[in-house]
Amino acid sequence: MDKRMRSNSPGKKRAGIVRTFRRDWMLWAMVLPAVLAVLVFNYWPMYGIQLAFREYSFKTGLTGGKFVGLKYFSQFVHNYQFKTLIGNTLRISLTNILFGFPMPVILALLLNQLRSKKFKGFMQTIVYLPHFISTVVMVSLLTVLLSPNSGVIGRLISALADGNINLLGNTSTFLGVYVGSEIWQHCGWNCIIYLAALSSVDTQLYDAAKIDGANRFQIMRYIEVPALTTTMIMLFILWMGGVLNTGFEKIYLMQNTMNLPVSEVISTYVYKIGLESNQISYSSAISLFNNLINFAFLYMTNKIAKRKSDMSLW
Amino acid sequence: MAEKKTKILRRQESLQDRIFNLTVMGLSVLILIVIAYPVYFVLIASISNPAMVSTGQVVWFPREINLYGYEKVFQNTKMWTGYMNTIIYAVAGTMVNLAVTLPAAYALSRREFAARKILNLFFVFTMFFSGGLIATYLVIKEIGMINSRWVFIIPFCVNVYNMIIARSFFESSLPEELREAAVLDGCSHFQYFCKVVLPLSKAVISVVALYYLVAHWNDFFTGLLYIHKEKFLPLQNVLRSILLISQTGGNGGAGATLQQSYADQIKYAIIIVSTLPVIVIYPFVQKYFEKGVMIGAVKG
Repeated sequence: MDKRMRSNSPGKKRAGIVRTFRRDWMLWAMVLPAVLAVLVFNYWPMYGIQLAFREYSFKTGLTGGKFVGLKYFSQFVHNYQFKTLIGNTLRISLTNILFGFPMPVILALLLNQLRSKKFKGFMQTIVYLPHFISTVVMVSLLTVLLSPNSGVIGRLISALADGNINLLGNTSTFLGVYVGSEIWQHCGWNCIIYLAALSSVDTQLYDAAKIDGANRFQIMRYIEVPALTTTMIMLFILWMGGVLNTGFEKIYLMQNTMNLPVSEVISTYVYKIGLESNQISYSSAISLFNNLINFAFLYMTNKIAKRKSDMSLW
Repeated sequence: MAEKKTKILRRQESLQDRIFNLTVMGLSVLILIVIAYPVYFVLIASISNPAMVSTGQVVWFPREINLYGYEKVFQNTKMWTGYMNTIIYAVAGTMVNLAVTLPAAYALSRREFAARKILNLFFVFTMFFSGGLIATYLVIKEIGMINSRWVFIIPFCVNVYNMIIARSFFESSLPEELREAAVLDGCSHFQYFCKVVLPLSKAVISVVALYYLVAHWNDFFTGLLYIHKEKFLPLQNVLRSILLISQTGGNGGAGATLQQSYADQIKYAIIIVSTLPVIVIYPFVQKYFEKGVMIGAVKG
């Protein structure tokens, strides 16, 4: 990315922003609304991060009051729920990565093997579709389909397991339902990028492989899988960078009193503490804590990827 | 002899490939069923006799057509308010999104634009770092957008990911000669953008518009956080409250089971009614998806 940019900007005289303004003021005008919106709604809140180190008061709002240092961080670390929250968050997102990350790769490889263009197109239409279902609808879909006495899937599973199992109200099945439904909903959509990468494989490679007598499986293993590795590493870094950003909406909507011991994660806790019980400073501290751990994960994965494969985000 | 051997070899290969093909087809059909069946089931369950649905007699085809669920949904005035609100927010919101995102993407795609690099960084940084839920809430509150319809339209009108998609498209698909010719004709950036760039970018505009539209349509978070007045709530939040109410805790009796099966019928109908618009639009834009995701992936 850097290389391309550098080659584009002429190395001779770097035209100053001020000097080119008279010429390019229209471009400035075009980018201005977006800059303003991002400044107000994305950067201004960042100023509020310092609330994590201050007492919040309604009068001073985002600026905050008395400086209290790490008081709220230590309150969080010493909270009896601390371990549960971190554990739940990591368990849910790492399981989701473990199973959810490889599935789109497999699906893309599979779709790419289909000879009939029509059937492939039909498959694509169907597998992309669930991505457009809203989280609210998705969760209610789960409640009706998994209900042990009236749901079509729930009844099947209850019959197999010999007894009524409430899949959504159970600490041992919550994780499976969450990850399974995530894969069901987004696997197809996430495979688009791999399909695009596969479609750019040089056709000469296929011809050469055929002349060498490679069968279909070998072509997949030695031509198509290597063609996907760059994309896979990039996406993996991005996934790891969001490791603690487990989907707030879906988990919040799936929560009930029975599964709460395993379904309370950092983001839902921040929402409840901050906006339902108004402990603004405390929840800001948790939020920042979360952000920092995410950044650490992103940094670490990026570093490992750089060392192992010479690829990185920056 | 040698000839015979190669023939056998070829046949063996094709046998291997045939097994491979069969496996591929089998897996594909399995995936198709796993993904499509739940959706199909909801569709047939929503128009069947609820008692038969809840006892497992509806599996492949609807039975004893019954529109109870749809009747209930259409009678619900809250649902209609929510629907209207969402249509307003989605249409107005998407228009604002496009009006802000596309010109910005164009400006950032111009190589002569001196601030291009620093502004790119300015936007991309927000993809990885944010002020968090609470601080964002406080900002929205300070601006006075709590319980206001504007909160669905103005804040977050730029999705950086969508902007990158549009920018990459403008960079890679519009030849530089076009701009040079336009400049010779005395075309300003505004004119060039409106008369040349936009008409040539229908593919990317439809992808980005669909992404925005769907995000507005499915948005639950904004309503949950910033809206406490019922008449302003969008569809998703109304759905949530209806779905919670119709989730009666059955006390085990036969009457309760029947009651539950009617409540489920309403849920099936709600799922269909609320998802239909998105599913109807989707096939028209689907052909652009691969392109959209690909050009977005060129530069992250």
